[in-house]
Amino acid sequence: MVELYGRSFTSRLLLGTAGYSSPDILRQAVEASGAEIVTVSLRRESARARTGQGFWSLIEELGCHVLPNTAGCHTAKEAIATAQMARELFGTNWIKLEVIANDDTLQPDLFGLVEAATVLTAEGFDVLPYTTEDLSAAERLVAAGCSVLMPWASPIGSARGLINKTALASMRAYFPDTPLVIDAGIGTPSHGSEAMEMGYDAVLLNTAIAKAGDPVKMAEAFAKAIEAGRLAFEAGLIEPRDMASPSTPVAGTPFFKIDHAS
Amino acid sequence: MQILLNGERFATEANNLDELCTKLGFAEAKVAMAVNGSFVAASARPATPLADADEVEIVAPRQGG
Repeated sequence: MVELYGRSFTSRLLLGTAGYSSPDILRQAVEASGAEIVTVSLRRESARARTGQGFWSLIEELGCHVLPNTAGCHTAKEAIATAQMARELFGTNWIKLEVIANDDTLQPDLFGLVEAATVLTAEGFDVLPYTTEDLSAAERLVAAGCSVLMPWASPIGSARGLINKTALASMRAYFPDTPLVIDAGIGTPSHGSEAMEMGYDAVLLNTAIAKAGDPVKMAEAFAKAIEAGRLAFEAGLIEPRDMASPSTPVAGTPFFKIDHAS
Repeated sequence: MQILLNGERFATEANNLDELCTKLGFAEAKVAMAVNGSFVAASARPATPLADADEVEIVAPRQGG
C-alpha cells in the first residue's frame, strides 16, 4: 500500500489518460494497469464540439481517483488559476503542479513551482509537484507544504528512463519519509521496475503505455514490472561488487588443491 | 462588446459571466471559467460583469498526462 495525502492505494502505478487511439483503448489500458489514480487535464471548451463533456463521462466510468494537472502553464500565475479551475471542475483538492520552464525539455521552472506551491497549499490544495531531482528545490517544496514530491526521470515523453540515478538515489535517501513518485521519462517496464527497486513509492507515466503497439498489453507489463520492483525493494537487494564471488560453496570442491587457491 | 473568448475575438451582449455561459449553452455543462487570468468560481459568475476587451477562458475536462 502507498499513502498519498491521507489516501491509501494498492497500485503504485499512476497512469496518464492522453494519447490513446480511442476511448475504449484508454479504458482497457487503465483496467489492465490496475491504476487507481489517473491524471487528467483541462483545456478550452468549444461550444460546438463540447469535447470535454464526453471525456468527463468516460473518467467517471473508470472510477479512479483523479489527479488534474496544470500542464502547459509557464508561470506561477497561470498554474494557480488553472489549479483553481481544476478544483472546481474535478471536485478534488489534488493537483499535479506543473510550471514549465522550457518548451524543448519541458523542464520544470523550479522558482515558479515553489511560488505556485506556496499559494496553493495555503488555499488547501494537496500539491503533487512535478519537479527535478534538485534537493534545494525539493526542500523548499516540502517547506511550502507539499507532502509528496514527483521528480522527473528524464524529459516528458523522452522514454529515456532514469538518466540521473545517482541524484535520484540521493533524493530518496534525503527524504526517507516523504512519498516520492517518479514522474515523466519512463519508457519501458524495466525503467519502472528500476525506480521501484530504488525505493521510490510510485511511478507516473503516460506515453510509454498510450503509444505502445498494444497499449493494453503494455499496461499489464508495467503493472507487473512495478509490482516486481517494489517486491524486490522490500525483499532487500544485495550490494553490487566488482569481483566475482562464487555462489557454490568452495569447501569440498573435488580435485581442489591448495595451489589453485592462490 | 468585443471580448476575447478562449483566445478568439467574440461579440457578445452578455452583461456578466453567467449570462455568457448560458448564451454559449454551458449553463449545465462541466466547465470552469477565468477572466483576465483569474479564476472565477461558478457561484461568482452572476456577479462578474463583462467589459469590452475582457479575456475569458472556458475550460472543460480533457485527457492529460
